Amino acid sequence: MAEAVIRVVGLCKSYETAAGLFPALKGVDLMIERGEFVAIMGPSGSGKSTFMNLLGCLDTPTMGEYHLVGRNVAHMPGDELAILRNRTIGFVFQGFNLLPRSNLEDNVALPLVYAHVEREPRREKARQMLARVGLDAYAKSLPARISGGQQQRVAIARALINSPRLILADEPTGNLDSHTSEEIMALFGQLNDEGITIVLVTHEADIAAHAKRQVRFLDGHIVSDVATPARALASC
Amino acid sequence: MLGPMLGEAWHAMGSNRMRTALTMLGMVIGVGSVVPIGQGAQYAVAQTISTMGSNLYIVIAGSTSTGGVRTGSGFGPTLNVADAEAIAELDDVTHVAPTHQGTQQLVYGAKNWSATVVGTTPSYLDARSWTLVSGYAFSESDVRSATRVALIGKTAAENLFVPGEDPVGKTIRIRQTPFTIIGVLGAKGQNLDGRDQDDTIIIPLTTAQRKVFGVPFAGSVRVIMVQASSAEAMPSVEKSVTALLRQRHRIREDMDNDFYIRNLAAAADSAAETTRVMSLLLGAIASVSLLVGGIGIMNIMLVSVTERTREIGIRMAIGARQKDILTQFLLEAIMISITGCLIGLILGIGGALLVNAITDMVIVISGGSVLVAFAVAASVGVFFGLYPARKAAALDPIEALRYQ
Repeated sequence: MAEAVIRVVGLCKSYETAAGLFPALKGVDLMIERGEFVAIMGPSGSGKSTFMNLLGCLDTPTMGEYHLVGRNVAHMPGDELAILRNRTIGFVFQGFNLLPRSNLEDNVALPLVYAHVEREPRREKARQMLARVGLDAYAKSLPARISGGQQQRVAIARALINSPRLILADEPTGNLDSHTSEEIMALFGQLNDEGITIVLVTHEADIAAHAKRQVRFLDGHIVSDVATPARALASC
Repeated sequence: MLGPMLGEAWHAMGSNRMRTALTMLGMVIGVGSVVPIGQGAQYAVAQTISTMGSNLYIVIAGSTSTGGVRTGSGFGPTLNVADAEAIAELDDVTHVAPTHQGTQQLVYGAKNWSATVVGTTPSYLDARSWTLVSGYAFSESDVRSATRVALIGKTAAENLFVPGEDPVGKTIRIRQTPFTIIGVLGAKGQNLDGRDQDDTIIIPLTTAQRKVFGVPFAGSVRVIMVQASSAEAMPSVEKSVTALLRQRHRIREDMDNDFYIRNLAAAADSAAETTRVMSLLLGAIASVSLLVGGIGIMNIMLVSVTERTREIGIRMAIGARQKDILTQFLLEAIMISITGCLIGLILGIGGALLVNAITDMVIVISGGSVLVAFAVAASVGVFFGLYPARKAAALDPIEALRYQ
């Protein structure tokens, strides 16, 4: 069997606070195979954001192991984590997080800059990705000129440009209306059908219903880990 | 990698033009004011010194005392033409010119003018590297036969002749004696004292002594100009001239010289020292200006890092390493300082050319100082950009992404 995309064993994360050490994650075990579509749910303060930061290699755990595509990344130096974020992971944020002063093509091409790709192939790839999310006509526009849903599609194009194994989406529909949310989730479903592993954090049940598996966090622990009922899957 | 980063740095600079322009101002002023001026002042002194003649010693006759009244130096009868001829035989001496000079009234037609009359030999022109713009110089035979010929300086000529009139071939009178002008001297400008070197008439030494000044002792001269072959040979020439004259004048061991030796280089040195102090002062002003400019750059870069915290977070999330962020902000700081330097150079050089065009001052722009200016600007950019850039690179990506 192929190596799991994510394998987490006894993951703990504590933060220094004025009131002493605050444990945000208290020993989490989780395995995500290639091609899965997982929704991570839970109320605020449950530790799901901390968990996402760890999965995204933006933070390092206090204790425990994290294997990303077979590599133990728990105590990797910062620069190697940066390379991992660049090549293996695609990020989609709630606030889109496009660079306001760069046009869409440059925004989408940005990860390739840090991957040291030459100018021409960079532009070509960026245009392909924009075409894939249906926004190639706006390549030279600034992010402020397009709608929120379109900005999120650009962000997805940016996440996809380095052909990542994993897409991490943190409340990707949090700033969108329900109709646009459905469109974005449909796009995620389509990418998942192409074999890309997707992990998404949400607190909305109907968004989580688009995923094939739902993991629920509470108080630093995983409290439930179930497959999405077939009925819910069929309805979307 | 550097290509897109340069592009982005340029973009970031352009996104807040007023702020960038004000930040650059310190660099612009620092570089623009000092580069041409410092060079210009040094060049001016070097020019003046070279018009006086290089590697020159002036041997001046001692004073006389008549009934307790002492004359100033140069009036004693202690130096004569034979001394000059003996000095000319010494090693490392290229030119020797016995001279006798004084201020006399010149008359041409209805005009008259007071100028310095220099009686000397043809070597004088060589020692002072003085050229003629028209006519020809007098020769040794003119000196021997005391002919009444004269070379006229630019200022004296302007005051005796109407513009456009050629002085060559005209006859002027000095103390009732008619002199034919046979050549016009090239312009030299002021000497270090500010005296106009072109307000001069040069005539043969013998003619000057007999017809113009009149000398108490035949063959005596006030001044002998001695030119050494090189700057290095000057100390040895001074020693041998002193020894020779003491011997010729039969001066005992314990007695003082009956002549003085003055070195034009000493005067030049003190003038050079003055310029050096001035350059140092200007350098200090430039340093302060560059320092203030650098602090301005640092300040604006810190503001920029804070403003763009979220952008830094995004870049880090999608794979920028600390080094990439550091390079990006450092490049931006260097670009601001180098652009400021460029504008400063353009303004400074433009100003210098303007001054050259509308005044007599000559400001020289050397390639060296341009290079130095660039090096300084780049170092200022690196030095003052490093702290903000490191601050940016050290940001925590999670915190940076959360920043509103």
